[in-house]
Amino acid sequence: MAQRVKSFIVNNAPLLVTIIIFVIVYFIGGQLYPVMKKPQVFFNLFINNASLLIISIGLTLVIISKGIDLSVAGIIALTSAASAALLQAGMSPWVVLPLMLLMGTTLGLIMGSIIHYFKVEPFIVTLMGLWFARGMAYIITLTSLTISDDVYRFLALTKIPIPGFEKAYLYIPSLIGPVLLLIVFYISKYTRFGRTIYAIGNNEQSAELMGLPVARTKIIVYTFGGFCSALGGIVFSISLLSGYGGYANSMELDAISSVVIGGTLLTGGAGNVIGTLFGVLINGTIVSILQFNGTLSSWWTRIGVGALTLIFLGIQSLINLKKRNV
Amino acid sequence: MMANNHQNVIEMKGISKSFPGVQALDKVDFSLRCGEIHALVGENGAGKSTLIKVMTGVEKQDEGSYQFRGKEVSIRSPLHAQELGISPVYQEINLCSFLSVAENILLGREPKKFAGIDFKAMNQRAEEILSELDVSIDVTQPLGSYSTALQQITAIARALEVSSAKVLILDEPTSSLDANETTKLFRVMRKLQENGVAIIFITHFIDQVYEISDRITVLRNGALVGNYDTSDISRFELITKMIGRNLEDFDEMSTIKLEAGKNIKEEPLLNTEQLSLSGSIKPFDLELHEGEVVGFAGLLGSGRTEVARLLFGVDQPDSGKYYFGGEEINNFSPLLSIERGIGLCPEDRKNLGIAGDLTVRENIILAIQARLGWFKYLSSSKQYEIADEYIELLNISTPSADQPVKNLSGGNQQKVILARWLATNPRLLIMDEPTRGIDIGAKAEIQKLVLLLAEQGKACVFISSELEEVLRTSHRVVVLRDKEMITEFSGEVGERKIMEAIAGTD
Amino acid sequence: MNKKKPLSNRIRESQLFWPIVALIILFVVDAIFSPGFFKIGILDGHLYGNIINILNNSAPLMLVAMGMTLVIATEGVDLSVGGVIAISAAMGTVLINPALGNELITNDILAANTTNTPLWLVVIANLTAGTLCGVWNGMLVSRGKIQPMVATLILMVAGRGIAQLITNGQIMTVYYRPYWWFGNGFILGLPVSFYIVAIVFILGWLITRKTSIGLFIEAVGVNDKATYYSGISEKNVKLFAYTFCGFCSSIAGLILSSYIHGCDANNIGLSYELDAILAVVIGGTLMSGGRFSLLASMIGAFLIWTFTITMYAFGVPANALLAGRAILVLVVIILYSDYSRKLLNRLFDRKGRKHGAAS
Repeated sequence: MAQRVKSFIVNNAPLLVTIIIFVIVYFIGGQLYPVMKKPQVFFNLFINNASLLIISIGLTLVIISKGIDLSVAGIIALTSAASAALLQAGMSPWVVLPLMLLMGTTLGLIMGSIIHYFKVEPFIVTLMGLWFARGMAYIITLTSLTISDDVYRFLALTKIPIPGFEKAYLYIPSLIGPVLLLIVFYISKYTRFGRTIYAIGNNEQSAELMGLPVARTKIIVYTFGGFCSALGGIVFSISLLSGYGGYANSMELDAISSVVIGGTLLTGGAGNVIGTLFGVLINGTIVSILQFNGTLSSWWTRIGVGALTLIFLGIQSLINLKKRNV
Repeated sequence: MMANNHQNVIEMKGISKSFPGVQALDKVDFSLRCGEIHALVGENGAGKSTLIKVMTGVEKQDEGSYQFRGKEVSIRSPLHAQELGISPVYQEINLCSFLSVAENILLGREPKKFAGIDFKAMNQRAEEILSELDVSIDVTQPLGSYSTALQQITAIARALEVSSAKVLILDEPTSSLDANETTKLFRVMRKLQENGVAIIFITHFIDQVYEISDRITVLRNGALVGNYDTSDISRFELITKMIGRNLEDFDEMSTIKLEAGKNIKEEPLLNTEQLSLSGSIKPFDLELHEGEVVGFAGLLGSGRTEVARLLFGVDQPDSGKYYFGGEEINNFSPLLSIERGIGLCPEDRKNLGIAGDLTVRENIILAIQARLGWFKYLSSSKQYEIADEYIELLNISTPSADQPVKNLSGGNQQKVILARWLATNPRLLIMDEPTRGIDIGAKAEIQKLVLLLAEQGKACVFISSELEEVLRTSHRVVVLRDKEMITEFSGEVGERKIMEAIAGTD
Repeated sequence: MNKKKPLSNRIRESQLFWPIVALIILFVVDAIFSPGFFKIGILDGHLYGNIINILNNSAPLMLVAMGMTLVIATEGVDLSVGGVIAISAAMGTVLINPALGNELITNDILAANTTNTPLWLVVIANLTAGTLCGVWNGMLVSRGKIQPMVATLILMVAGRGIAQLITNGQIMTVYYRPYWWFGNGFILGLPVSFYIVAIVFILGWLITRKTSIGLFIEAVGVNDKATYYSGISEKNVKLFAYTFCGFCSSIAGLILSSYIHGCDANNIGLSYELDAILAVVIGGTLMSGGRFSLLASMIGAFLIWTFTITMYAFGVPANALLAGRAILVLVVIILYSDYSRKLLNRLFDRKGRKHGAAS
């Protein structure tokens, strides 16, 4: 029994470290600002970072496959702008929602195909995706458009009380992230598709030689990434009840940082979405602490997150060096 | 260790394969019997990996017949070969170190239940496969947490599972294993043999060939030298087949006179006292004199390249002393060695030697420029002057000095690298396998050049698998075996004596 | 044995060929569809017009593209240039701020045409800040052995935060007139930025082509192990490339902050890394490293801005520009990807000689 516990710890060390860091940061926050000890503050993390969580989940799979997707934030902006415009034009939300998902999925599919078949670096292709998406958003509207649709408002304003916690609540969109997390966790760990992603991230050539469906898997990973970006965009537009091309500025960096801090190797082949969840939570906690402080503004988040990312990358680099020397 | 029956699983006849500029295989025959362990040996450039590539469908032969289990086959792809039952396991373990052992064995064909993987069934199956190999480990642990030997065995297990292999090809499986692990591996191989799997065992460890194989096929320079029952050929004969002349010729020629050195300096230019690097080469004493060519003889893996790397400063020794020009040296790096006047033509021409996209001219002046530093840039005309000088001197065949080096043939690329070092006017030039993969004409040129350099007063180290070459160009021959410098020969010595030293049967 | 290739061949195979062709195509399109595009007039003693506009706007990008070229040539990439621009600009503008260190801040003090620090010191602080960032990146990559994309991501994420730290969260506005000269002044009718770019280009050209550094950079990009075996310190070569990139970014920061009379750490130099990489790729330097051309990357930067101004001239709203640039990238990707492969194949067949795979 002790052996099993020990090997569990060793095998999941990065994840456990991330969780511990989250607990520490949250604890520090609670000590500095006692108001943070209220349960709602914890649930606010899920509310405020709902879209970040969703796009980071999709991004995790992409990074595990040894790729990268910089377009995530752009697709959020595009989704918000497109939704707002379509809703204002009178289209029913029940049409708009699936349409947006379709759009994101298609963009992801196109990018994934270019990456695999034209053999262009994912970095460049998804960069282009980022520009294109934001650009299209700006074409749709130059200023932010309000969303006053009833369905959206319902989703945005309905509080769901949490059993067991008085005065604690979540909004409906905030639930999407955790649900998606569980689904993706299951897929990544318990399906052939998921294991293939890890194999590709470890060594794409070997995966091909092993007869795994590399092309199909890679393209699906990016397609799914696009889907998640659109989903995140929907959640984003619900929470802001507006759409604009300038939204989610640099959110792709927050997403990448969350994934890295969550223990996923930027070089691919290892990691999991649970870690990403905690990466997002850490990000959110740092932001909360700064908000409660009130005097330091948001740029300290950047430095803090940047420093944390650096530390994690440094550790990852060391691990890689050790592996190569073995 | 007996073959079960005499039906040949694989029968290849007259296989030839050429690449631009190089004839990799020349009418090679190869046969593999059911349930035998068959060793495939030969030095670098012999054709082993090309033969395997043809066997496993990575390459297609230019001519020759290929029969698998009695039927002529045309292998479309590596996947096709695997489906037939031919499974290669390469030296670099191409598995996922972060996934579990069971996952690695069954990746792509995991047993399913419902919507996902049936982990219980998968782990069970993995344990079954491994127990057939007399191995029992916790298959749920990540692969990377196990020793290289076990990772190798996992790779083998996967190969077996994937294709219910009839033929298993192990390419240098023991290179990163210690004695214990090798024994483990051999046990697994014997078990497989009992189960009727035929194994091709590629290795450069002669001892292991004798320990485990039933038959041996020797390749040399792309041609078949012969195949033999292991029990019928002695070590000495085997090595002769690999790198020496025909045994009959030995009895005809009594001795070969090594080159008489006229201008060999008394004082050694470089000498080492018990210099060593653990894991790489055992402590050795070596003296190199200006005006003398010292040849290194020994098989692949005997430590020749490791010595060269220590001499040139790529590796740092961890014990012993190194003297150059009488002074003790404690700082090592390629640049420092170049400044002292040492040059190295590395064995791995492609990865460590040429900068493929750069031109001939740029490759040639690279080392002199390194020595001159960042600011004293050779003028364009000076660069062309130097490049042209060496293109002519070494007879480098290229349309112009501005041709990217990667477009040149192997022989000419080697000459470019030589030119690079000659341009630095070194006092000591170390050449590691300078004639590998080069046509006969160029080989002769380079050998002549080495002697010329010695005559000009340089110290030279000439490393080659071709014993003939080493003897023809050296004043003194140092023999290495199993990462150790064994002995030295000079003056009149017979090729046979050197072969015996290499084989370890003296 | 140097047969000089026919001039037409040399032109065709030069790295400058395709960028210039693309530029010419763009100019032709402009000439046909937008009359008056090339009109140049004189106002207030200096030239003005679309081309001048392009020159002035593309100057900072040209600088960053030059720095990025060397980094990409060593098989690396520098994502932090935007952050470095912010840091350098912040450093400079903060030092100018007359209210620096004063307890009592009034509007008169802030808006006064004075500087707290002599101008030359401001410039030096600006350049030093950026160059040190370059050294930081270079050390991470060369000594820390961290992947370039990953190493420079750090400063990309934290850089603006650091810039904010320097400016104490404020948006800086500069009222000191002489500072405005860098981004807005004119010498002999041409923008000052043009001269700055020219000087840096000449400096870069001298360093890379008149010393061996250029050769070493290309060698490291092509095969860094073989370069090491030839006695070259590939570590120092890489360090130099990143330092130079930081240096270029700092000058870009100077020009940009001078142009807008201030520094907004959140927005200055936004998405410059993307544009710079695009400029380098258009200029024909491969992401896999090796041969590079500073001039080609500058042409690439110029091309990007010509494309931008062309879009404006066609009445395409500024907001649509982003999408337009994305299309540009798409075209470039396809041009350089499939095309280069086919071209390579044709060359392969013509030469017929190739280092065969020895077994």
